[in-house]
Amino acid sequence: MRQSRAIDVSTGLFVLLGLVAIVFLVTQISNREFSLTETSYRLKAQFENIGGLKTGAPVKMAGVTIGRVEAIDYDMQLLKAIVTLRIDERYGEIPNDSDASIFTAGLLGGQYIGISPGGSEEYFKDGDQVAFVQDAIVLENLISKYLFSQAEKESAAKAEAAASQPASTPQE
Amino acid sequence: MSLPRELASGLVDFLANAGAMSRFFLRVLVISPSGLLRPRLIVEQVYNTGALSLVIIMTSGLFVGMVMGLQGHDLLARIGSEESLGIGAALTLLKELGPVVTALLFAGRAGTALASEIGLMRATDQLSAMEIMAVDPMKRVVLPRFLGGVIAMPLLTAIFVAISLYGVQLIGVQYFGIDQGQFWSEMRSAVEIEDVREGLIKGFVFGVACSLIAVYEGYHADPTAEGVGRATTRTVVISAVSTLVLDYIVTAILL
Repeated sequence: MRQSRAIDVSTGLFVLLGLVAIVFLVTQISNREFSLTETSYRLKAQFENIGGLKTGAPVKMAGVTIGRVEAIDYDMQLLKAIVTLRIDERYGEIPNDSDASIFTAGLLGGQYIGISPGGSEEYFKDGDQVAFVQDAIVLENLISKYLFSQAEKESAAKAEAAASQPASTPQE
Repeated sequence: MSLPRELASGLVDFLANAGAMSRFFLRVLVISPSGLLRPRLIVEQVYNTGALSLVIIMTSGLFVGMVMGLQGHDLLARIGSEESLGIGAALTLLKELGPVVTALLFAGRAGTALASEIGLMRATDQLSAMEIMAVDPMKRVVLPRFLGGVIAMPLLTAIFVAISLYGVQLIGVQYFGIDQGQFWSEMRSAVEIEDVREGLIKGFVFGVACSLIAVYEGYHADPTAEGVGRATTRTVVISAVSTLVLDYIVTAILL
């Protein structure tokens, strides 16, 4: 009987140690500053272009993670991307004229949604739509815009030169 | 016998073995609910396979972690980002090294014990004696050992990883002087809960595989001293190979 008690005690100790190790790994090692299971409310935002945004991406306010992107859908009527944000209950008092923009963390990092607070006295409620949004900046668009503007400048300069030359020749 | 014939008969042997083991696995699964009727037996086997493996798991874990600290620091110092040691070590240990090394140690420490114990029961006719007494040796001997191993492996994996990370921390922070806060916060920001889950799933899968192989080999050992020895050897070899093969399959599924 005494021996079986010793077995019980050491088995219990072993199982306890294992559970402590699991809890340690889950809480201390991994990233759990915000999880979707906590009490939270949802906001929706429409974007023309979400770039590389993925579900699970953080929603940040002044750099602090206050929620996560829960879902990304495409609305066939509006022809826009609908992003559902899940915001932690603790950050329940966000002015309802705040705007949501898609930013990139670092030069090549993952994308996240940044919310900059507005000045309204009223706060977002569950299911509200974020009215002011700014799309993701797509690198290719930027480059092509730059190239087009360069080409335009050049052609404008050429046209100017062409326009000024015939005008100037008769004067000479 | 000519070579092609030998190869063919080897292949047939392999298939027959795989088939018999699958059948054995199904039988264990079918009777596994009845194991709950005798939790006492399972507790004893958790003690046998788990608690008794603690010392080897913890010492190995500590040294694996310390070696990772040394090697990881050396590698990262060359590219000037020693602070990422925590990320690299945590992900490597959680996702790969922890479950695999634990499974190999488990096969060596607990698997061989199970196989030789059951094999010796077979060799000394204890299993036949049970059958004569209308006690099903599958339920009385095989099932508790299998379930004990399945319960113990994920716990051993978690302990191994935790101790290894302590070893990494010991070398990285205490010896090389990486900033403690940076070490942990970088690790925390990079490691997701899914990574922990992946490690525990692997621990569970390897636990099922290694325990099954051990009890199968023991149960089907030739009833001689030589047969028990062979069963023990086969347990280690097959467990090691199937752990590595399963590791690839599980990783491919989970990634």
